[in-house]
Formats: sequence, structure tokens, C-alpha cells
Amino acid sequence: MTAVVGRPIRLPRIGQNRSSWPAWLVLALVLGSSWVLVNSTGGDFITIQNLQNIAQRSVALGLVATGQTLVILAGSLDMSVAYTVSITAIAASVVMDGRPDRIAYGVAVALAVGACVGLANGLVIAGLGVNAFIATFGIALIVRGALNATFDNVAGSVPTDFQVLGYGTVAGLPVGILLLAGVVAVAWYLMHRARFGYHVYAVGGGLETARLSGIRTRSVLIAVHVLCGVCAALSGVFLASRLGAGSPWVGPQGAYDLESIAAVVLGGVALGGGRGRLLGTISAVLMLAVVDSVFNHFEADSFLRTLGRGVIIIGAVALYARRGERGWQAPS
Amino acid sequence: MTTIAPRRPPAGRSRPGTVQTAAQAVLKALHRIAPIWLLLAAALAVVVWRDPAFAEPHSLTTFLKRGAPLIILALGQLFVIIAGELDLSVGALITACVVIAARLGAGDPARTWWVVLLLIAFGLLVGVFNGLVTSVLRVPSFITTLGTMLMLNGAVFLWTGGSPTGSLAANLRQLGRGSITDVPVVGQLPYAVIAVALAVTAGYLLLRRTNFGHRVYATGGGPRTAWLSGVDTTQVRVSAFVVSALSGVGAAILLAGLAGLSANAGDGYEFQAISAVVFGGAVIGGGRGRISAAVGGALTLEVLFTLLNLLGFAKPLRDTVQGITIIGAAVFTAYRLRRPR
Repeated sequence: MTAVVGRPIRLPRIGQNRSSWPAWLVLALVLGSSWVLVNSTGGDFITIQNLQNIAQRSVALGLVATGQTLVILAGSLDMSVAYTVSITAIAASVVMDGRPDRIAYGVAVALAVGACVGLANGLVIAGLGVNAFIATFGIALIVRGALNATFDNVAGSVPTDFQVLGYGTVAGLPVGILLLAGVVAVAWYLMHRARFGYHVYAVGGGLETARLSGIRTRSVLIAVHVLCGVCAALSGVFLASRLGAGSPWVGPQGAYDLESIAAVVLGGVALGGGRGRLLGTISAVLMLAVVDSVFNHFEADSFLRTLGRGVIIIGAVALYARRGERGWQAPS
Repeated sequence: MTTIAPRRPPAGRSRPGTVQTAAQAVLKALHRIAPIWLLLAAALAVVVWRDPAFAEPHSLTTFLKRGAPLIILALGQLFVIIAGELDLSVGALITACVVIAARLGAGDPARTWWVVLLLIAFGLLVGVFNGLVTSVLRVPSFITTLGTMLMLNGAVFLWTGGSPTGSLAANLRQLGRGSITDVPVVGQLPYAVIAVALAVTAGYLLLRRTNFGHRVYATGGGPRTAWLSGVDTTQVRVSAFVVSALSGVGAAILLAGLAGLSANAGDGYEFQAISAVVFGGAVIGGGRGRISAAVGGALTLEVLFTLLNLLGFAKPLRDTVQGITIIGAAVFTAYRLRRPR
């Protein structure tokens, strides 16, 4: 076959072996049933206020889950995001210390700290060949110990100007949503339109095959972990702005490690890597927020909420695990 | 790549015609010892150097008593890890067991026996649930068990309203904190130490001397190969999770005696158990691991905690040390596996 001169080679779109529409369908179903459920008990589900709340609640988790999606697509895993969120929230608020002139400096330090945690994860996994769960879990323990030994309470504070990120609106849209949309847009371009995305899918689909095809698998793994650290840092900065200060428990309390992984899997991304789409994750994040707001409406006990979360996560992952199996497979 | 019960090459194998010097012989002998024991010896040496009283038989048995729950948990976790899975629900299970024992037992010694039976049944249920969801519904085990952890935590707190009520019967607590007195040499022999000895023996026999043990290694080493060779991998996985959950119940009963009733009795134990097993050279992903090394890992972890206390480090730094050592152990194991034998 001779190449036709002048016609650009069209590569297949990345990740289309598994589209994200089932996740959006589930989101629509959950939204619909929540609407019926809330309205039938005398509430009003579809209000600007409530929808804004749902969106706002999705920002922190959405940012973390975006990073987690990149990592999981590359066949890795990041258990350290919860503590990365904490340490970056504290870094931002301690560096700013209530001074408006230090906003940029604080954000930069927080992002750098997040990138460093991600880099450490990537180096241990790709460089030293350690299982991703153990490596990131070890890093999480190291960060947790250092955090709890240094801070036992809310530390620093962010200037009022900076709280715009958490509470302000631009043309009716909360700034946090715009931030999330921007990050998702960049990540979507990277994953589904850029060469980097092909490499990530290749590494997640088969590390050895990718390596033999000439992809620098180590660099790809390190890069996704750094990006994940930066996403977690953005979430930490957002939470610091929203809460007014950083604290050691902001990350673990939100259970961002488990929730982000759950969102990724609920969004239809294969935990083994290499299959799934970023927007699926986003729909799953919105779905979790909708469920949360229903729990809120019924003023459910926070313990009942934990219980419900566990059931929903296991159930949904079980449903997705059945999808996409082709041909005979040993029950493994 | 199924390695059933990996064994080292036979001792004393050397190339014909080479003469071993004494130093080489010592090095070779050291090489055959699992590295975890060298680490344990080194850590113990530092502890004894800082606090000579630690070497007395009495403090050693007290130390073993304190470490008993973790050792038993590590044994259970080992089965799950060799089978290629993870069990993150044991910490929450411990809390649930302690809270249930206090609430239903209500401090009445006469109720202890059926409370213990109930706890064992509860452990069975949790283990079977974890195993079935993981193998039949094909949910990755760390998601399954994290979900179980959430559900147990939520259920316990919903039931108790955040602060556990009731009290633990004296004879139940006796198991964890009591001892047989007037034993020669050590003076006191805690029941917990006897329980550990029994658990280690049972674990060893189950893993290395039964067909079930071989199937656990086979399932973790290569699930498809095992399945095609006629191993019922579902049954093996469910059984491994049941072993882990039962070890959680055992640890809970000991902890009820050692630490008493609290709403966070089992906090962090799941990660400590996994750390202990990884210290012992087991590989996350399955197929490798030894009972003795897991016990060594649990003991090393406890000695390291003791050492941190002695050196006056803040308690949160325990986490940091645990993190550094778990990564170090995993790096070392990865290096050993890559190097041709």
C-alpha cells in the first residue's frame, strides 16, 4: 500500500473502544429519580440554588477525580490524593497567611508541593518498580505522618480576596465550576486529542507492548502522576479558599482517595487501565453530588450517608465490572 | 508463572571446585535467612541498646502480648494477599466486633460464650460477602473491602449513635490481658501469646500442608492457569477472605482485652496488617509469601513503633516511618524478584 501524498493520515480517535454515554445515561436516571423523590416529598429539586449547590460540591472531587482518571487510564493508581489535598491546602493557607499580595505565591507553592508528591509517586512506581497501591499508599502515610506531626489544627488563613475562588460567580457561574471546566478541558484535550493521550492509553493497555513500540513508558507514568498531584493541589487550593484556611483533616475527611477512584470506576474507566473516557468520570462525580444532595434533603444521618455510599459504590462497580467482557473468560 | 510454595535452592549448593572461605560461608548463610529477620534483629538490638530492660523475659512477653492482635491479623491478611487480593475491611470489622461484644454482652460474663460465637458468625458473614462480591461480581477487592469498611463503619455508628454503650465482660477481657502465672523462666505467660502460637501453627499447617494452601498460591500466582487446572478459584478466594475476617475477629477479642471499648478500636489496623505482610516479602498481586515472614513483619513493625516511642518521636511520625519502610520493603522485594536467581 502506497501512501497517498497530500492526504493527512487520520488516526482513530482515542478511547472510542469505550464511550462514556452509559455513565451519562445513569446520571440522567439518577437525576430523574432524585427529582421525583424530592418533589414527591414536598421539596423542590430543580432550583438554580440546588443545582448550583450540586455543581459546587462537585468541584473538589471533580478536580481530584480528573487527575485520578489520567493515572488509572495509564494503568496505575493514586491512593495519596487525600493527603495531597490536605498538604496543599495547608501550604496555600500558610504561605498566604491572610495577605492579599501573596495569593499568587501561595497558589504556586501549593501546586509545586502537589507536583512533588506526584513526582515521588511516579518515581517510586516507574523507577523502582513498586506496585502502585503500595507505593502511593506508602507516600500517603509519609505525608500523613509529617502533616499530623506538624499541624494539629487549622493553619494559616487565606485573604478575603482569594475566597472569590470558593464563593464568587462570573456571569452567574461559580468560579469553582469555571476552574473545574478549564481543568477538564485541558485534560480532555491531552487525553483524547494529543499524542500524550495515545501514549497514556497505550501504557495502560499493555505496559510491555507500549515499551516495545518505542514509548517511554516511565516518562508517561511519571507525567500522569505529576499531573494527578497538580489536580489534587488545585482541589486543595479550592478547599482552602472555600473553608478560609487549610487543615490536616480536609482531605481524609472528604475521603478523596476512595471517592475519586469510585468516581473513575463509576464513569466506566477500567481499573486495569487503557479503557474509558474522561467525561465518564465527570458524569459520575455529578451523580455522586446528586445522591449527596438527596441525602441532604432527607437530612440523613452522616453515618447513614457513609453506609449508603458503601452500598452505592460496590453496587455500581459490580454493574460496570460486568460490562465490556467479550468471549470466554476464566472467572478471575 | 505459577510458583507453588516457592522454596529456596537446597542448602550448601556450590559449584564444584570452588573453595569457600569462612566469610563467604557466613554471607551465604545470611543470604538464606529471610531479610525481615535481619531487620528485626537490628531493630531489636537498637531497642535493647537504648533500653536494656527490654531484654528481660517479662518485658518480652508483654511486648508479644501487645503485638498479638497485629500478628494474628497479618496471618489472615497473608492468605488474602497470596490469593492476589487485599482486605481493607479488617480494621472496621475489629471496631464492629468490639462494639457488638460490649453492647450485646453488657458486661455479663455468662453471655460471653454466645457473644463469641456470634462474633465468629459475623466474621464469617463479612468474609463470605467480601469473597463473593470480589469473585462473583468481579469488583476489584480493594474497592469491595473499602466499601465493606464504609458500610461497617456507617452501620456501627448508626447503631451506637457515635459513642459505644455497654461494657465488655471481665472473662472476655481476660483473654487479651490475662496470663497464666507461675510459669518457669518467663514468670507470666499471657493467653494472647498462646493464642498467637496456636494461630501461627494453624496458619502454617493450612497454608503449607493442605491442598487448600496450594490452591491459594496457585490462584494468586495465575488465576487462569489455576482455573484451567481445576482449581475452583471462587471458592479459594471466598475462603481466603473468610480466613482474614476470622483473624479480624480473633484480633478484636484480644484487643477488647488489651485496649478496652472504644469507637475506634480497629482504626488503622488494616494498613498495619498489609504493611506487616509486605515487610515479610509477600507481593501484592499474589502468589508469594510465607507465614514466618509475615509474623516477622508484624513483629518488626511493633519493634519499630516501640523504638519510635523510646526515641521520643511524636506519635504521628509512626505513619511516616511505616510509609518509608513499606516502600523500602517493596523496592527490595521487587529488586529480588527481578534479579535472576
